[in-house]
Amino acid sequence: MNDGIGPFGFPHKHLLGIEGLNPIEITALLDRAESYVEQNRQADKKKAVLSGRTIINLFFEDSTRTRTSFELAGKRLGGDVINMSVATSSVKKGETLIDTAMTLNAMHPDVLVVRHPESGSVKLLSEKVNCAVINAGDGQHEHPTQALLDALTIRRRVGKIQGLRIAICGDILHSRVARSNIHLLTTMGARVRLIAPRTLIPTGVEHMGVEVFYDMREGLQDCDIVMMLRLQKERMDGNYLPSVREYFHFFGLDYEKLEGAKPNALIMHPGPMNRGVEIDSEVADDFGRSAIHEQVEMGVAVRMAALEILTANLEEQQQRNL
Amino acid sequence: MALKADRTPGRVAYVGARLLDPATGLDEIGGILTEGELIKQVGAKVTADLALEGVTVIDCTGLCLAPGLIDMRVHLGEPGEDYKETFASAGRAATKGGVTSMVCLPNTDPVIDDMSVVEFVARRARLQGLSKVYPYGAVTKGLKGKEIAELGLLAESGAVAFTDGFSAVANAQVMRRAMMYARTFDLLICQHPEEPSLAAGGAMNAGETATRLGLSGIPRQAEIMMIERDIRLVELTGGRLHIAHVSTVEAIDAIRSAKARGLPVTCDTSPPYFALNEVAIGDYRTFAKLSPPLRGESDRRAVVDGLKDGTIDCIASDHTPQDEESKRLPFSAAATGGVGLETLLAVTLELYHNGHVPILDALRFVTAAPADLMKLRTGKLTQGRPADLVLFDLEQGWKVEADKLLSKSKNTPFDGRLMQGAVVRTVIDGRTVLVAD
Repeated sequence: MNDGIGPFGFPHKHLLGIEGLNPIEITALLDRAESYVEQNRQADKKKAVLSGRTIINLFFEDSTRTRTSFELAGKRLGGDVINMSVATSSVKKGETLIDTAMTLNAMHPDVLVVRHPESGSVKLLSEKVNCAVINAGDGQHEHPTQALLDALTIRRRVGKIQGLRIAICGDILHSRVARSNIHLLTTMGARVRLIAPRTLIPTGVEHMGVEVFYDMREGLQDCDIVMMLRLQKERMDGNYLPSVREYFHFFGLDYEKLEGAKPNALIMHPGPMNRGVEIDSEVADDFGRSAIHEQVEMGVAVRMAALEILTANLEEQQQRNL
Repeated sequence: MALKADRTPGRVAYVGARLLDPATGLDEIGGILTEGELIKQVGAKVTADLALEGVTVIDCTGLCLAPGLIDMRVHLGEPGEDYKETFASAGRAATKGGVTSMVCLPNTDPVIDDMSVVEFVARRARLQGLSKVYPYGAVTKGLKGKEIAELGLLAESGAVAFTDGFSAVANAQVMRRAMMYARTFDLLICQHPEEPSLAAGGAMNAGETATRLGLSGIPRQAEIMMIERDIRLVELTGGRLHIAHVSTVEAIDAIRSAKARGLPVTCDTSPPYFALNEVAIGDYRTFAKLSPPLRGESDRRAVVDGLKDGTIDCIASDHTPQDEESKRLPFSAAATGGVGLETLLAVTLELYHNGHVPILDALRFVTAAPADLMKLRTGKLTQGRPADLVLFDLEQGWKVEADKLLSKSKNTPFDGRLMQGAVVRTVIDGRTVLVAD
């Protein structure tokens, strides 16, 4: 939905996904986030950009790092942040989700940050509220701020995204992080490869502008960036994969498999990591190559930018409507 | 008859034989020189003159010399059912039948779903020094049809293909994921094609004969629908599928059309399905109780046609030893399966003697075709390959006598049958392991 240009060149009311965003809009978000990185490293981190604004973190799924990251981002911009964790078991789906949205809407928040286990649910909720909505992960669909923080990390480390060869490895099938990253990285001109056993590669994904590999050494050949995904335990009970040891043997990232990648290839992981499952501890802790902690740091900056931009867009819209 | 295990084969020349190599189409008089474990030279230049160079020369005049047989579906009792068959007894039966390599099913106790069992099988077979044994790994853990086994690790430790043995992977989602997972490593899945819920409780082929005998039947559709379903799963996943012992008209038609569409589907059949029909059950003969059950005559003829036109790729004995106690029971309660290692070559040669297929085609079903499918080094008369050979008399007649089988279990459905074509000598890795009297 195009609601005017907005003061930051990101002309959208919500941030529901990466799909559909163009390189200019993505760059606008990343540029704004970049400006917060240095601020976050100073002793005094607080600004008054969101003073008087209300942000509600509405999480229908357990999360520690994403919720904390959004909470910090809101508070550092001087906003009032409220966390609402809703255990999915106690919430009936469908109508109740909308009821919850309407109830919260009546309290006049400025931004709703929503995570929900069902794909498409955040979009549904966004249609029922007046405020801006940020998707903090919906089912297996999208997790846009994760892709943005990954992009910011890459941009700061390598200086660009365009033309890089980037491998995304692991449970692509169930990963919203993978989907958002595929959209973002291909939009920004990177060459994206997916590497996983066939049971974890979703049907038709090759039509999303990526190359698919089923062998780590082959797929990692000449890669600049290696993004590992978290493999959930319940995937390893024989439905998708036979066992942890077999998965690690063939698809766990270790130095041996990494040999064919570029010498300084950056290692990334959205966390939380399963050491010895998808990634070897040595690789994860490799100070020179692993960007895993930097990703967490960039997360706060990216979320500050998203909150600031959407709030500004909302204000502009409200003024136009007066 | 003598079983030998000559440990230092040196150089041996088999001369004056009719060389038959389905892989290259070779059919000419000549010889094979072996050096150590390997084939050194093949052709007319290998003659008795080599004796002057100190080569041991074996005169094969009047006999056929072909690659040793590969039996791609053998049930070994060991580990777990040593009273039915052991590595040693199966190895003796195999060498007598000219079978130099066996691919054994994972239906053992413990099941071959763990690397340690694969290694155990390989080690035990090596100690015998008889026929080579290559294990199938289980598709699902414990053959339970629920969770995918460690296909990648099993393949690395030596499993050549994957099957749940006597039972089909019945759940379509499990089969789909197994095929997709297997395709990750380009592994072959081999399915026993029978819809278990439809076959449950059946003792023989459903139809008039079953009705007259008062036995509950297994509908032919149990096979047909599982094969049709699996072909759809091949379309979905692109995984390589091999269908074991096909036995019905429509199943063969389905495979024929799948192959015409370019799908990676192969299949085999077993001697009972082209040499016998359900009439062999006669008066409740439990030795003719097999899985799949012996079918009607039109099905038998369709199997022959499938072999003739290449729809069926391989012939496997489906060797299933059952001790006397498990066969000396009322038909419904008796165990299924028949031994077949010692009759595989002769029944396969019937296809040639009856004018259905040329001799090289008949041999291809039991040599080059399974070798290619399982990616084995053996099965071809090529320089540098293992010297696994069978020397046989194409015409010699003999009679199958269950009591005289070397297999520990004697349950052959071919008891009393007259055969044409007999093994004279079996060579494995350059060593003569059997010489017939």
